[in-house]
Amino acid sequence: MIEIRWHGRGGQGAKTVAQLLAAAALRGGLWAQAFPEYGPERSGAPVKAFTRLDRKEIRLHCGIYQPDLVVVLDPNLIEAKEAGVLEGLKRQSTLLVNSPKSSQTLHEQIKFLGRIVAVDATRLAREAGTRFANVVLLGALAALLSSQISLVHIKEELAITMSDKPKALEANLAAVHAGFHAIREASAAEAEVPLC
Amino acid sequence: MKKILEKEHRTLLTGAEAAAHTMRQLRPEVVPVYPITPQTPIIETFAQFVADGFVDTEIINVESEHSAMSAAVGASCGGARVLTATSSQGLALMLEICYIASAMRCPIGMAVGSRALSGPINIHCDHSDSMMARDAGWVQIFCENAQEAYDLSIVGQKLAEDQRVLLPVMTIQDGFTITHSAEPVALLPDEAVTEFVGEYRALYPLLDTEHPTTQGPFALPDYYFELKRQQVDAMENVYAVWGELQEEFAKLSGRRYRGLFEAYKLDDAEYIYIVLGATAGTAKVAIDRLRRQRKRVGLLKPWLFRPFPTEEIAQALQGCKAVAILDRALSLGSWGPLYSEISAALNTVSARPLLYNYIYGLGGRDIRPDQLMSVLKDLEGESDANVQRFIGLRE
Repeated sequence: MIEIRWHGRGGQGAKTVAQLLAAAALRGGLWAQAFPEYGPERSGAPVKAFTRLDRKEIRLHCGIYQPDLVVVLDPNLIEAKEAGVLEGLKRQSTLLVNSPKSSQTLHEQIKFLGRIVAVDATRLAREAGTRFANVVLLGALAALLSSQISLVHIKEELAITMSDKPKALEANLAAVHAGFHAIREASAAEAEVPLC
Repeated sequence: MKKILEKEHRTLLTGAEAAAHTMRQLRPEVVPVYPITPQTPIIETFAQFVADGFVDTEIINVESEHSAMSAAVGASCGGARVLTATSSQGLALMLEICYIASAMRCPIGMAVGSRALSGPINIHCDHSDSMMARDAGWVQIFCENAQEAYDLSIVGQKLAEDQRVLLPVMTIQDGFTITHSAEPVALLPDEAVTEFVGEYRALYPLLDTEHPTTQGPFALPDYYFELKRQQVDAMENVYAVWGELQEEFAKLSGRRYRGLFEAYKLDDAEYIYIVLGATAGTAKVAIDRLRRQRKRVGLLKPWLFRPFPTEEIAQALQGCKAVAILDRALSLGSWGPLYSEISAALNTVSARPLLYNYIYGLGGRDIRPDQLMSVLKDLEGESDANVQRFIGLRE
């Protein structure tokens, strides 16, 4: 099973990508579960969302405490203690961060010895024509999980979600594509996350 | 009418969305509702289906849950198929009329997103709302996940409308944990559900003005008792009708809900966990891990809480060494509600196991497999039985 925790701020679409990833996984024949941090939602406040993926039915209905992957949509959250970005991270976990900085620079800044992958998702989103970095990170995550998640399935799910907004869909498809290739080109995919 | 599903289809849905699909496929004539967290996405999704023309239902936007249930009773007596949904304080406000709905034998279907009762005010899951309503004369079905929330509310509606039963049914899913969690759900084709439940024909609809009837009259000491006795009989009929309907549903869906409870690795179990709702899923993971440590453990998950499967559960527990009964609600001043039921059920059993009562998860406190696993030490003899304990509580 792979357990993923998404960190964003209310309104940045953490819950949306958590669900999109689960839906894409389901399309690829995996079992999946996605849930937000429960409670009242406030725009701008730190929020978490979660995705579980597995080859067999997922029966767990408790929270995720030791994620295999943490995705940070908003770089400022790393410094924000209350966001708890590093909570429960294992040495073998992967931290995927939206940041213009290099992984090396982030390693110096963050107290985490495991793998850090940086993607300048805000810039890539802007270039693709959307202000949402979440889909760029979804694409990046698909590259990290490429033996489990197919980019095609993510694109199909996006197409369903945004079927009535063709212009936004085009931008989002470009954004997800950009995130995927940013990771591919950095050949960070060499250490893929296995579905154990 | 527009159709969404022509063939069976597995899709990622929250428990709330799954419940809304059931409502759409049951094609109710009237749905009186009032929003409340965490039930709101059920009725939001359903209202969207109505607005988009997928189902022809009169939604009555009422000013409170008391009015929602009152309108439900009125519409049901009129002869309509009536569905609604609620949670927590909403169910509390309805409760006065819930007793009337069951006494007037209105087969109303209600989705409950289970949530703690105030106070202190809290929007998260526990079973205090559903347990508060356990004596209201409704059939109560607890669901582990979104798939069960979908399936069992379909079966539940047919059960409610069966002439041997004619009782309202609440299908309970854990608030947020299931209502807001997205999982794969296999939906049946619209036509299949329509055919399975059939059309609802009320025996004495008030709107049949050719055959006027009096409904809901005063019943004094000369009749009240006999009318209550009829509700007792109706409840007792649920066991048999449930069995028949599950067979029928298994043929339709391939998903078999055999018996009145799910027996998970019970056959050779010496130690048995009993739990309702979503935590049963987490408990299965705990059971699997304990089995890998060669512990002979199993899980008994009641689908039905009302009527309570007394005899069947007593049989299943007979001869095992100890039972952990996990309650997600308090009955302050007594045992947890599930514990009391199990304890009473075992009165007829000669080889009575030791009983342990655990209160967990109040007000949405999470519960993990390791916490459930650690309970086994008590059962193996490290702690006294017949003591109420708490899991995940700071003391």
